[in-house]
Formats: sequence, structure tokens, C-alpha cells
Amino acid sequence: MSLRTPLSQARGLGAAKEGAGHWWAQRLTSAFLVPLVLWGAFSVAMLGDLSHAGLVAWVQKPLVSAPLIALLLVVFWHLELGLRVIVEDYVHLAWLKVAVIVLVDFAVLLLAVAAVAAVAGIAFR
Amino acid sequence: MSQPDSRPLSPHLQVYRLPLTALLSILHRFTGVVLALGMAPLTGVLVAAAADAALYEQLRALLSAWWGQALLALWTGALYFHLCTGIRHLFWDAGLGFDVAVAFRTSLWTVAAALALTALTWLAALWVRGMLA
Ligand code: HEM
Repeated sequence: MSLRTPLSQARGLGAAKEGAGHWWAQRLTSAFLVPLVLWGAFSVAMLGDLSHAGLVAWVQKPLVSAPLIALLLVVFWHLELGLRVIVEDYVHLAWLKVAVIVLVDFAVLLLAVAAVAAVAGIAFR
Repeated sequence: MSQPDSRPLSPHLQVYRLPLTALLSILHRFTGVVLALGMAPLTGVLVAAAADAALYEQLRALLSAWWGQALLALWTGALYFHLCTGIRHLFWDAGLGFDVAVAFRTSLWTVAAALALTALTWLAALWVRGMLA
């Protein structure tokens, strides 16, 4: 009988030797997104004043800027994981697959940094 | 393989009518891509709000046009659809709701919940603007 748990044998498996890490991160970000997305969608919908001044005043509230940045970080993390799986499913040429994933990741990184920097910039202006 | 395989491919996508569960599955992926693409203009609006008030107001005017509102409505519909199918996905991951009959019923619930949340969000937006007389 082995004293090792089944988990220790599952860790690090898979083509990329990362085990269930990607799968788990996708579930974790999905769970985080449920409250964050509902909050974000209803907050923006119910923000009567979407003029520049109105939006800035809203974003500057600490109880808005913090969850808003969390929402953005989790959304971009989640969609990077999702787009990667889609590329892996449909692009089979090895070098092309890597190239597309690198390009997608770069675009996601730029957008994520821009979005978070924008919210932080408004919050601290 | 020595001989070409002449057995029919199944399901053949041009012949086969997708069951509801399969339709929702591919729509979950499709809406995921649509939502991801939508994050680009959304980020643009945030950057404009941070950097250039006049540009922000221009973008807001675009989004207030009927087609801007229509695009936003479709995007929020995609968001709530993906959210609801995503929640069902999490139940599946926990091992719940795999039975075919149950999966069919939760498909209907998922679509109904997505429509209801979309309607609720837009009614709330109209309500705070006093547009629901
Ligand atoms: C703007 C917000 C969102 C974006 C841009 C987004 C994007 C994506 C993308 C691109 C995928 C990959 C689709 C696929 O592999 O078929 C995905 C998968 C997924 N999303 Fe989202 N998503 C968002 C919000 C949410 C929310 C709120 C939930 C709530 C539970 C969620 C749950 C999931 C789940 C569970 C998967 C994995 C599906 C699978 O493994 O087949 N997503 N998302």
C-alpha cells in the first residue's frame, strides 16, 4: 500500500505538466466573476449620470475603484485562460498555435494594464 | 489505415440538428469570444475617461445612438447568457446535474434567467433615468 494520496499522482500531469492548474484557475475566476459581474453591470446600469463628471465621481469612491479593479483583473485573467483553450482547440500547427497564443496574451496584457491604469488614474487624480 | 474510412461522420454538422444542450455549449464559447472582444472598446472608454474628457463624451454620444445602445444590449445579453451557462458549468464541475433530462431542464432555466437578468438590468437603467413613466 502506498501512503501517497491520489492527488500527488495527479499533480503535474498533462501535456504541459501543469496538472489541473489551468482548469482550477478557470473555475476560480468564474466563481469570482459571478458577484463582481452582477455588481458591475447593475451599478453602471443604475448610474443615472454617465457624463464625464458623473463617471469620474463614481469611480473615485473607494468602494467602487477597488472592486472595479478587481473585476477588471479577474475578467482579463479569465478571458486569457478561455481564449488560450479556444486557440489550442482549433489551431493545430504547433508553431502557429504558440504564435497565436503569444499574440493574444500580449494584446490581453496591454488591455488589462490600460484598463487598470485608467481606473487607478481616475481614482487618484 | 489501409482503406479510406467511408463510415459517416457523426454528428455531421450540416445534417444534424443540435440538441439544446449542445447549442448552449457552443453559444457559451461564442459569447465568451464576443465578451472578450467587447473588452477592447470598453477599455477604450475607460482610458478616454482617464485621459481625455472630450473624447469620453464623444464615445458616450456614439454609445447613446440607437445602434450603440443595440450593441450594448446584445453585449449585456451575451454577458448574462455566459454568466448563467457558466454557473451551470460550475455545478457540473461539482458533479451535479449531468442527467440528460436534468440538463435539458436547466438549459431552459439558464436561457430564462439570462433573458430575465438582461431585461432587469435595462429596466433598472431606464427607471433611474425616469424613462419608465
Ligand atoms: C466579461 C466577462 C467574461 C468574459 C470576457 C469571458 C470570457 C470567456 C472565454 C473567452 C471563455 C472560453 C470559452 C470556451 O472555452 O469555450 C470562457 C469560459 C468560461 N467562462 Fe467566461 N467570460 C466572462 C464572464 C464569465 C462569468 C461571469 C462566468 C460565471 C460563472 C464565466 C464562466 C465561465 C466558465 C465556467 C468557462 C469555462 C467553460 C468551459 O470550460 O468549457 N465567465 N469565458
